[in-house]
Amino acid sequence: MPIWKNLFTGLRGLFRKRKVEQELDEELRDFLNKSIAENMRSGMTREEAHRASRLEMGGVEAVKENVRSAGWETHLETLWSDLRFGARLLRFNPVFAGAAILSLALGIGANTAIFQLLDAVRLRTLPVRNPQELVSVRIDQRHGMSGRSRGRYSELTYAMWEQIRGQQRGLSGIFAFSPTEFNVSPSGEIHNVQALWVSGEFFETLGVEPALGRLLAPADDKPSCASSGIVISNSFWQHEYGGDRTVVGRSLNINRRPFQIIGVTPPEFYGVEMGRYFDIAAPLCAEPVVDGAEDAMLPRRDSWWLVAMGRLNPGWTTERASAQLRAISPGLFEATLPPDFNPAQAKRYLAYRLGAFPADTGVSDLRADYESPLWLMLGLAALVLIIASANLANLLLARASAREKEMGMRMAVGASRWRLIRQLLAESLLLAGIGAFLGALLARSLSQVLVASLSTQSNPLFVDLGTDWRVLGFTISLAFLTCILFGLAPALRATNVTPSLVLKESGRGTTDGRSRFGLRRILVVSQIALSLTLLVGALLFSRSLGKLATVDAGFQRDGILAADIDFTALNLPLDQRISFARELLDRVRAIPGVDSAAITRILPLSGNGEAHDIVFGVSGPPQEESAVAVFHRVSPAFFRTLRTPVIAGRDFDEHDVAGSPLVAIVNESFARKFIKKGNPVGTLLRVRRMSTIFGPYQIVGLVKDTKYADLRETAQEIMYTPVAQLDRPDADAQILIRSNAPLPVLISSVKSVANGANPNMDVSFVVFHQMIEEGLLRDRLMARLSGFFGILAILLAVIGLYGVISYMVARRRNEIGIRMSLGAGRRSIIALVLRESFWLLSIGLTVGIVLALAVSSAAASLLFGLKAHDAETLITATVILAVIALAASYIPALRASKLDPLEALRHE
Amino acid sequence: MTDTSATLVQGTLDMLILKTLALEPLHGWGISQRIQQLSHGVFEVNPGSLFPAFRRLERAGLLDCEWRTSENNRRAKYYSLTKAGRQKLRSETKEWERQVAAIARILQTAS
Repeated sequence: MPIWKNLFTGLRGLFRKRKVEQELDEELRDFLNKSIAENMRSGMTREEAHRASRLEMGGVEAVKENVRSAGWETHLETLWSDLRFGARLLRFNPVFAGAAILSLALGIGANTAIFQLLDAVRLRTLPVRNPQELVSVRIDQRHGMSGRSRGRYSELTYAMWEQIRGQQRGLSGIFAFSPTEFNVSPSGEIHNVQALWVSGEFFETLGVEPALGRLLAPADDKPSCASSGIVISNSFWQHEYGGDRTVVGRSLNINRRPFQIIGVTPPEFYGVEMGRYFDIAAPLCAEPVVDGAEDAMLPRRDSWWLVAMGRLNPGWTTERASAQLRAISPGLFEATLPPDFNPAQAKRYLAYRLGAFPADTGVSDLRADYESPLWLMLGLAALVLIIASANLANLLLARASAREKEMGMRMAVGASRWRLIRQLLAESLLLAGIGAFLGALLARSLSQVLVASLSTQSNPLFVDLGTDWRVLGFTISLAFLTCILFGLAPALRATNVTPSLVLKESGRGTTDGRSRFGLRRILVVSQIALSLTLLVGALLFSRSLGKLATVDAGFQRDGILAADIDFTALNLPLDQRISFARELLDRVRAIPGVDSAAITRILPLSGNGEAHDIVFGVSGPPQEESAVAVFHRVSPAFFRTLRTPVIAGRDFDEHDVAGSPLVAIVNESFARKFIKKGNPVGTLLRVRRMSTIFGPYQIVGLVKDTKYADLRETAQEIMYTPVAQLDRPDADAQILIRSNAPLPVLISSVKSVANGANPNMDVSFVVFHQMIEEGLLRDRLMARLSGFFGILAILLAVIGLYGVISYMVARRRNEIGIRMSLGAGRRSIIALVLRESFWLLSIGLTVGIVLALAVSSAAASLLFGLKAHDAETLITATVILAVIALAASYIPALRASKLDPLEALRHE
Repeated sequence: MTDTSATLVQGTLDMLILKTLALEPLHGWGISQRIQQLSHGVFEVNPGSLFPAFRRLERAGLLDCEWRTSENNRRAKYYSLTKAGRQKLRSETKEWERQVAAIARILQTAS
């Protein structure tokens, strides 16, 4: 087969070079001899024959060269020697080489790191069998829902899941799961691990094989859970049990209930959520046991907590499966309608339609939060890379003029222009290659740092940052692209010389000046434009972060510790819970250093919430249009603890207990929207939860607006009611504590208070302002990254500008000398130089503003408190860049004005 | 010296080499002489084009080579046709005859 032969002989040419050359030499020499012999036979003398034969051959070396280029291995060899020549050049210009490689490594590294994250979050498919067959089953376009929801994805209720499992036809296997946390500590302070509730079909549908023992099967997920077996993940097994192979059969506590470990999952399996991992997987049927009768999600039709995924049947498409699910929807929702929904809620529920959606990349809340910011960051990083390449191109162009003589010489001895370009490109390729290699190394640490900065205690992330072929391909393409970007134009320019002209003694070069300088000008202008864009981006994100961090939340965030004391284990009857909680609160208040404390069911800004309909008047049916408010259930002193001002009326007090008239406090927005009077105090209203109407409540106080669930939200209508008047008091007390005491002291004091009351309670803590900061992580990341890119860009652009202005000064030395000798003062010389830089700046800034407007529109959804076309930011950025750039050009201008006119004139 | 090898297109040179080797294996000088002989002196291919062509054809799998002693008792590289080479020669010849016939027709009918 010719291709093998070609390969073989080519390799022989590479590795046994001397032998092959010898053979070629021998062959040509033999030809020559025979030619000479022939010539002598036809009558020439020996010398004549020699001469004639040599002439006919045309030069043995030239022939050899032609023969060599007929094989592919020579091109490899020339590439190799070009690279070695380039390496020598770099060694003799270490500063240039260092600067070039560093800027390339930074640029390529930053891009690769972000792409690696994007790849993990968006592009990579799940590490399970045939991920492209996976789909998720959920309600299509569910606008609003009623009932309780828990967990990251509250797509389905258990009743719905059972129906779907029985009635669906399009999937060969279907499973449901719900991410959660388990408290695995036997008593006292909570130790939470990441966990998954899974249905029995989970592992077998995904095609996961156990690393040890066995995995959960459908038989383990029967109602009322006979087996109580759980599966642990490989990382948890290594972490907690040190990889001990006797772990199967051991007991593990979940919320103080013993479960048995039946197996371990393989190391590469982390679940079906991108960016998350799990430690324990437990069957769905065990949920009521673990969560307790009151909080259980499984038995109640109004509890949304599950996600369903499955494998398409062979021959079925996603659309076909979706259509089948839609068809069974009406009957399914009718069968699973929660009995206590009111008519409006029921109507919405019955209108739901199920559908199937592609899920080859799993499900991910991470993706939703981070995908667009990451794409934006990639765009910004690409801009930085372009700026760095422009700098490099500028540098190479400067060196191109210096190498004119060299190029001219080589062309004079016979090198083709293409050959020279190839060599120059090889030098650029060497730079790009080394830069890309270092950048790839840098990217690994960079992306790990990125993930680490996003992962928090309460929200741990796990991103498998392996370097797969996509990332490798990305890095290599970047290397080639940058090589072309910064190498091609200088290579073309450098070889655009006429040898006779450049080899003359007074070699000033032919096209030195106008056109080459024009290209460098264009490069600098584009650098300025791009860095302005990056600077605007950085300012926008930083200001957005600042606004978000300092937004008025309606309360004072610092100095608050939230302690959740869970006394479910005590099995207190409902009527004793309130007094027990009250006692805990009193004890906590007695801790020295505690300024104030209060109980609240929902922690503000935690993302949790409660919403119900408001029914006006003391009697009569609910109105047609629904008035919805969000709710806080609090104890007295809640507002004082948070330092939220009570504007009118009073706070709750000791008299607002079970049995007394129901009272409520509302915020300004509530009063504005629903009461429409100046002072809402005294108004009576009712609350409808599901189909039951509670009330009447009398409003006794008005408080300032506060944020409810998220710092970004617009003002919500909030209604507060006393925890003491709850019809179903909770079996835990979440106590907000305002104190200046050092945190460790405070925490241990609370723990001893809890212990003193009863040692069988679970206590967990949240540092309030820390929780809020973690919620700002994404914005902080954006601000930091864009700030870093902005600074880098300005640095590079300013270096570029400095270089071009210096070059301009050097070129016009003659002219400057003439001007000075004709009487021009220092000032006018400086003005002359600065005018040039002023021109470049103006054009660059104008283009930059247009570009910045375009780019910031893309980022509009990520900003808070700022419009994308914020004039203040644009002006600030422009001014900053202009000042820095002018300062940078001032130095060469100053140098120009200090020139000795005689010397300048002498310089040619 | 009529160096008409410059007017020989690469493909035609390849075909001539293949044809010359159709009878028996030859070394480089022998091929160059044979082409000159058979074309009655019209084509004199210089070594600068011949030897690269040899390597190209060898790489394409159309020629085999081996070292033998030649007439002047020295080692020389002898080239011979492979089976693929013979096939290529057949198809090239057919194509060439087709083209020549077409050109001849055009030239004849032009008034």
